[in-house]
Amino acid sequence: MAEPLSRFRATYGSSLQHLVVMIACFALTGWVALRIAEEATAGRMLLWFVGAAIAHDLILFPIYASADRVLRGALGRPGHAGTEGQSPVAHHSMPRRAGQAPYRPSPLNHIRVPALATGLLFLVYLPGILRQGRETYLAATGQNQHPYLVRWLAITAMLFLVSGVWYLLRQIRWRRVDGSTR
Amino acid sequence: MGVTDRQTGFPQRWWRALERHPPPVPGLTGDRWRSPLRGPWLTAVYGAVLLVGLPLVIITGLLDYAAYGPQFGQALPREVGWLRLPPFDWPTRPSWLFRVTQGLHVTLGIILIPVVLAKLWSVIPKLFIWPPARSLAQVLERLSLLLLVGGILFEIATGLLNIQYAYLFGFDFYTAHYFGAWVFIAAFVAHVTLKLPRMVSALRSRPALRDRRLPGQHESLRAELRTPLAATRPEPPDPDDLVAIAPGAPTMSRRGAIAVVGGLSLLLGALTIGQTLDGGWRRTALLLPRGRQPGTGPNGFPINRTAAAAGIEPDETGQRWRLTVRGGNRMVTLDRPRLLAMGQHTARLPISCVEGWSTRQTWSGVRLRDLAALVGVDDPASAQVRSLEKAGLFNQAILQANQVLDADSLLALRVNGADLSADHGFPARVIVPALPGVHCTKWVAEITFRTGADG
Repeated sequence: MAEPLSRFRATYGSSLQHLVVMIACFALTGWVALRIAEEATAGRMLLWFVGAAIAHDLILFPIYASADRVLRGALGRPGHAGTEGQSPVAHHSMPRRAGQAPYRPSPLNHIRVPALATGLLFLVYLPGILRQGRETYLAATGQNQHPYLVRWLAITAMLFLVSGVWYLLRQIRWRRVDGSTR
Repeated sequence: MGVTDRQTGFPQRWWRALERHPPPVPGLTGDRWRSPLRGPWLTAVYGAVLLVGLPLVIITGLLDYAAYGPQFGQALPREVGWLRLPPFDWPTRPSWLFRVTQGLHVTLGIILIPVVLAKLWSVIPKLFIWPPARSLAQVLERLSLLLLVGGILFEIATGLLNIQYAYLFGFDFYTAHYFGAWVFIAAFVAHVTLKLPRMVSALRSRPALRDRRLPGQHESLRAELRTPLAATRPEPPDPDDLVAIAPGAPTMSRRGAIAVVGGLSLLLGALTIGQTLDGGWRRTALLLPRGRQPGTGPNGFPINRTAAAAGIEPDETGQRWRLTVRGGNRMVTLDRPRLLAMGQHTARLPISCVEGWSTRQTWSGVRLRDLAALVGVDDPASAQVRSLEKAGLFNQAILQANQVLDADSLLALRVNGADLSADHGFPARVIVPALPGVHCTKWVAEITFRTGADG
């Protein structure tokens, strides 16, 4: 009994249960695909389905990863110090303990986090901000989409403001602590 | 059960040849990934959150389909075979049932977006790994992951566009969102079945809060959520190839990364939840259509279709308007003064839309069961309500027996002490507890009560 099973494993590359799970998954997907194929817009649906994965993996991710790399470069990242190397810069506030050397706060996360937040808000609430679907919006609500762009900009300004003030407070605290320990 | 082993399947020669011939694309060698935070533990944390959250979104979504009355062929899409919950009559109590299920579906779905994106970020090196597969098992699993990732992003994209009325995709929303969900469900169940043991072992590899020892003891014993940036190290090399081969210095602790994702979820939640709340809180949904009230006064609450968009002409709803009530062989026509002269009932009921917004208002009018009695139907099996609206997907709706007979089910004539406005369905509209808003037919022209005999 063990012999054919291990031969199956060597051939297939995983267990029999794995194959059963995969077959079940593709059987259901296949049923849905057959049902959808009757729709006139089936091609568009497929395009959006595959397109969504591609848009995330090959467009959105490279964009935000590159933006982050550029930002780190611009702020003079301490380089690839490796796993043991200690960055002299603290990117995150932390509880202070006696005898611990104070770290100079880094502005990196104070830019990164609000940028991430505003980018996310833009993606999620994009139709309102960019005034897409004006007519269906009017038919459904009796209103226009004018306020959203300004509101999004105001939220963005607020996020960066709060983050900036927080950074300044950390700087001031660091200067004080740094002065007192010297 | 997962394909975490590097076993090469049959035919070995082919898989090895594939491995030896990577395309000239940078990043495939695996040493370009720098983040020291990526690793099985962080992936498992995001995975655990999704494992709790996504089933709730799935179940509330399927419940919303049931709320549309699939037994009358009025849930969309109409033909779904066995891909639905077992049939049951959607209850009228509690009256906030649909408000909660649909509100949860939309709000939780939006709250989970940052977690989904963080989970994808945490595993993205695997997309660029070479060889992409070493066996048939890995080929199949990779294909199922395309269904998983494509599925969740497709559902998020179509859902977000629908609640903001931007039908940029050019296909039927209901068909796409419903069947897309089933493709996602298939891939999600398969993924959880294969990866659950790995998620559990990864979570145990770095205790989050389980370890009660004081910090400052041995580094690896320190609970992860008490580990600051200065003590943040990459996870040990893993069989899943998630940990970077050449990690850079950390710029954020693991708890920091989790806090950022959680914070983004809170931000989205705070900007969304307002569309399901009443009073001043509604305005907190700053970027969503239903954060704004269309006006002030008794009728100043959101609508889902204007009278103009429905093609309702003022002369149809004026003196000329009559309500036709049918039941068995009897037919009665009533004008608005006669309806107002009948026994009036007042109920505070929410109106909730499939787009996730809802609001509770005080409606008054004639009980539907009183109208049924008027044509001699005391025990209706269902009722068909038709609107003056000629075109439109929701110009008629069929109500179940319990929805007709509920003491708070009304043909509403007034709201908050004033006549209904044109946009809210003047001269008369249906309001039924826990019924989806689009089935609370506006500008009602005709109601037919059916007994068991005529189905």
